[in-house]
Amino acid sequence: MAEVAEKTEAAASIEAAAGTPAVKTVELTKRFGGTVALAGLTMTVPRGEVFGFLGPNGAGKTTAVKLLLGLLKPTSGEGWLLGKRVGDLQTRRRIGYLPELFRYQSWLSAAEVLALHCELAPLPRSSWKDEISTSLETVGLTDRARDRVGTFSKGMQQRLGLGAALLGEPELVFLDEPTSALDPVGRHDVREIIRGLAARGSAVFLNSHLLSEVEQVCDRVAVVDHGRVIASGTMDELLGGSAVRVRATGLTQADKNALSSFGRIDDEGDLLTFAKLEADRVPELVAAIVARGGRVYEVAPRHETLEDRFLQLLEDEGK
Amino acid sequence: MPPILVIARLTVQESSRRRLLLALLVLTLVVVGFSAWGFNKITTVTNSQGQTLPSDQVAIVTSQLLIVVVFMFSGVLALSAAVVAGPLISGEVESGLLLSMLARPVRRSEIVIGKWLGLAILVGIYAAGAGLLELGAVEWATGYLPPHPIDLILYVAAEGLVLLSLGMLLSTRLSGITAGVIALVAWLIAWIAGVVGDIGTGLQNPALQNVGVVSHLLLPSDGLWRGAIFAMEPDTLIASMRALGTFGRANPFAAIDPPPIEFLMWVVIWFAGMLALSVWSFRTREI
Repeated sequence: MAEVAEKTEAAASIEAAAGTPAVKTVELTKRFGGTVALAGLTMTVPRGEVFGFLGPNGAGKTTAVKLLLGLLKPTSGEGWLLGKRVGDLQTRRRIGYLPELFRYQSWLSAAEVLALHCELAPLPRSSWKDEISTSLETVGLTDRARDRVGTFSKGMQQRLGLGAALLGEPELVFLDEPTSALDPVGRHDVREIIRGLAARGSAVFLNSHLLSEVEQVCDRVAVVDHGRVIASGTMDELLGGSAVRVRATGLTQADKNALSSFGRIDDEGDLLTFAKLEADRVPELVAAIVARGGRVYEVAPRHETLEDRFLQLLEDEGK
Repeated sequence: MPPILVIARLTVQESSRRRLLLALLVLTLVVVGFSAWGFNKITTVTNSQGQTLPSDQVAIVTSQLLIVVVFMFSGVLALSAAVVAGPLISGEVESGLLLSMLARPVRRSEIVIGKWLGLAILVGIYAAGAGLLELGAVEWATGYLPPHPIDLILYVAAEGLVLLSLGMLLSTRLSGITAGVIALVAWLIAWIAGVVGDIGTGLQNPALQNVGVVSHLLLPSDGLWRGAIFAMEPDTLIASMRALGTFGRANPFAAIDPPPIEFLMWVVIWFAGMLALSVWSFRTREI
């Protein structure tokens, strides 16, 4: 009877844990001396979602991941992964992590590196062979399984790191700039891997500078700057507006400044993108450009991209 | 396999794959070969009457030469331990190698103790292998076997472990080069302080004597080296040095007594303390 009660209790605890978010933080703060790397991060990442964590260089993205993984100690605040407080050793069995700047043992082969991580995870020895071959196949390194990591290019090492993060079907995977060293084919493969993880029910915490990539795979994003979340929500919530892209010549900087009354301008020379501008104001905009002596070659109303929104958020933040 | 043993195995494997073990083996064989040839010449030395030296004199000369050769071996071991231990933790923190490992259910203490254990195994293998080869070669060449060969190997290995432990502690906070250099300089200072202590004994100067005592407590490498010297000396030599009184104790390449048991107990405490400090230092380090 006691055994049955114990099992029921364990099942209830697993059920309760399944209802908890993959990541939850409350006022997580990290200071390095006088520098504030993360200023009161409060967020929730639901289970099974792909979460994009965006921000410019030095915004605190990697610091946040390291705090969540227990590699750094928070100055204040709290965090939970899969329902357990950050730092819980057993929770790490269910987590995969691809660091941003990393290296693996150059004197081991790719298969040996993965075997080492199977051992540290720890996964049952009987599953290692399948885990390693599946992982190598997923990241496209099957042919290089026996080659030493020291002979790998940066991109191949990144693939191997991703393979290590996927071992043991983790419930939560942290990917810190997973495509920074990859070619377009590699980036496409990573997007497919992330979609595969989401389809399997794993939560993915994706740190990335590549906004188009985030836009393609993420369910939800948070934009962080100077250690603070300045916007967060689902893609639909964040990208509700439309934008207009205009190719025009003959405009001075003063003209462009005057035209900013139509919306924030992303100025790329002859190519101007007006954020938050509805399509019904396009004739008015074209007339204003022509009135200032500009020559219009192309006008393309479109939905706002993540990049448009990201730049706008950073600009608003800077004001 | 527990994480400590996985890390220890990885450390041994790395030394083997990076050919450190092979390099040490080849160099050791070269040194043992040359020293065997040199020791063999002692048996052919003749006195003024044209006779070869009697066996007790061969034993004394051999023991003195052996002390110098083993000093070189212990130096190589101490230097290698310091150089390898210096970047043991910091090198892997800087390269990001530890990031993905520490995200696994592995305690930082397991990383530190596992790495120490792996290198300690290598130090033990080198001390035993090189020691037995050298002693075998000397016995073959001269017929002299030091009175305490096992003690000799244990003392030399322990001296290497002292440098390994110091290098690893420093490696939890400092860069590899800095940690290695500090460990090496500390080893040399401890040796010189030991010599100063000997001179203090010879001159019966308590202040100088205390320099030796304090240095042996802070870094017990020289105290252990004295144990190794004692293990190599024939009884006749020890008896003649004892007859010289305090003056006989003022020789940095001689030892009249084995290290006291209190010192050996302190060495055990010292190792435990260094490991505990290393674990604490690494646990509180941010990566």
